[in-house]
Amino acid sequence: MAPGRALRGTGVKSPVGYAADARLRWTEGLPWLAAVAAFFLLPDHLSFGARVLTYILFALSLDLILGYAGILTLGHSAFFGVGAYAAGILAAKLGLTDPVLLLAVAAGAAGVLGIATGAVILRTRGLAQLMLTLAIAAVCFEIANKATPLTGGADGLSGVRITPIFGLFRFDLFGRTAYLWCLLLLFGVWWLVRRLICSPFGATLTGIRENPDRMHAIGAPVYRRLVMVYTLSAMIAGVAGALLTQTNQFVGLNVLGFEPSGELMVMLILGGVGRLYGAFVGPLIYLTAQDVLAKQFPEYWYLGIGLMLVLVVLFARGGLLGIADGLVARVRRRAWA
Amino acid sequence: MGVTLETRGLCKSFGALTVADHIDFRLEAGVRHALIGPNGAGKTTFVNMLTGRIAPSSGQVLLGGEDVTRLSQAARVRRGLGRTFQINTLFRGMSVLDNVALGVAEHRGVAGRPWWPASAYADVRREAMALLATFGLEEDAQPRVVDLPYGKQRLVEIAVALGLEPKVLLLDEPASGVPSLESERILLALERLPRDIAILIIEHDMDLVFRFAQRITVLVQGEVLCEGTPAEIAADPRVRQVYLGERRG
Repeated sequence: MAPGRALRGTGVKSPVGYAADARLRWTEGLPWLAAVAAFFLLPDHLSFGARVLTYILFALSLDLILGYAGILTLGHSAFFGVGAYAAGILAAKLGLTDPVLLLAVAAGAAGVLGIATGAVILRTRGLAQLMLTLAIAAVCFEIANKATPLTGGADGLSGVRITPIFGLFRFDLFGRTAYLWCLLLLFGVWWLVRRLICSPFGATLTGIRENPDRMHAIGAPVYRRLVMVYTLSAMIAGVAGALLTQTNQFVGLNVLGFEPSGELMVMLILGGVGRLYGAFVGPLIYLTAQDVLAKQFPEYWYLGIGLMLVLVVLFARGGLLGIADGLVARVRRRAWA
Repeated sequence: MGVTLETRGLCKSFGALTVADHIDFRLEAGVRHALIGPNGAGKTTFVNMLTGRIAPSSGQVLLGGEDVTRLSQAARVRRGLGRTFQINTLFRGMSVLDNVALGVAEHRGVAGRPWWPASAYADVRREAMALLATFGLEEDAQPRVVDLPYGKQRLVEIAVALGLEPKVLLLDEPASGVPSLESERILLALERLPRDIAILIIEHDMDLVFRFAQRITVLVQGEVLCEGTPAEIAADPRVRQVYLGERRG
């Protein structure tokens, strides 16, 4: 099944395409209501909440290329890591501590890596593409590992200091500022991504995912559009990485390599690929399960995650949102019958 | 009548196998031209070289007098070369309307716009609907293209190509795999295509070819065997021998 194909046939209308209704639906307000409610109702878990929001941002960047444009990747952590290290190095080594500036630099650095690597990997398809992305993530990991004076190597990069946001809001111990900062950025990026996927450009991305040969035959500059969306996705991942640096004030090697890329893919599959909000549900479920299971079963918590993934792949190819869509469609059919 | 599409000494080899051997071909403006030949004659390879999907080993492709041999598929489409595929190559999971609208948007130069919703481009939608109406498909605009009967999908293929407002249209077996009743519907649709478009059709259905084409080129083992009007081709003993399987003497 092509990425994102699960969207269809479930009764939930897609906002993508020329015949689609791109207006916001009331259900699209639910994640934001839940996020604001969590801020007030779960004040002891705001640091964890900021982490979830960061990973939602990261997953959104993956969904844009995997779910909408059909680009296969197991190396998306390269951009996340580059963003995280760019922000960390600037703050810890060069004394540039303004959070907005750090986000901009992280987005730029990840974007440069995105356009450089995208120019190569997007000339390939399928397994070759997958292996190249993996190789790029591995190379970035090794560079961070060896460049100890700059990155701290295996010990990680500490001493990251961040000044208050806009000179007003200091990052506090309870994660209140971090949570709201992440939420604000996530909202901005979500809005941009939603506009993009509903636009003619978004429709062409869906066309490329569905049938690149046909897109060539209608005169679309397929390669250029793929490089564009790949670069944009890299920039979003870079922003997510920089957010993690700002909220943790530390960068470890675990932001790079295969493992975080694979984890992100699992999160997205859990939530539902090519659904926009699958990127919201997946990280929330995954990280919550990880948090809970790791406390209950410190040695076997991965078993629970693995079991969940197996069940989703076997019985819910559209992810958890696919199940929800299926239920909604069934209820609607009964109501009409 | 001016020449719209021309090839000069077009060759293609895959290792020792030559599938196109110095093909000289001319398609004149507004003419319905058929390319016929037995299976394996190299017809689809020839069309793929015309569109830029396959690079020729040597020779030239000229579109409107301009050498486009080294141009990409997309660049040739922008210069007025449209095509349909032998096997349906549509956006299977997208609606029929979106299949056509994507081509229309690309031709109008709005497909790369990232800001306003696609649905806000009412002119694109209107043109796509008008194209579908041309083929009697306006009632089928909303379903996914994969849910349409195969014959209708073939018509959508043609509608997508027409959305690009081509000067030259290459139809690769438009009636293949279609029941005879629907084949008739496709032929009627082809006959109604704008007369200013030069059309090259590859087809095995000889009834369709002889009813539709004004000129016919016969391709055998990668070489042009002969070219002429339908009457000339029907009377040519070489065609009877190699294509229709009739023995000499």
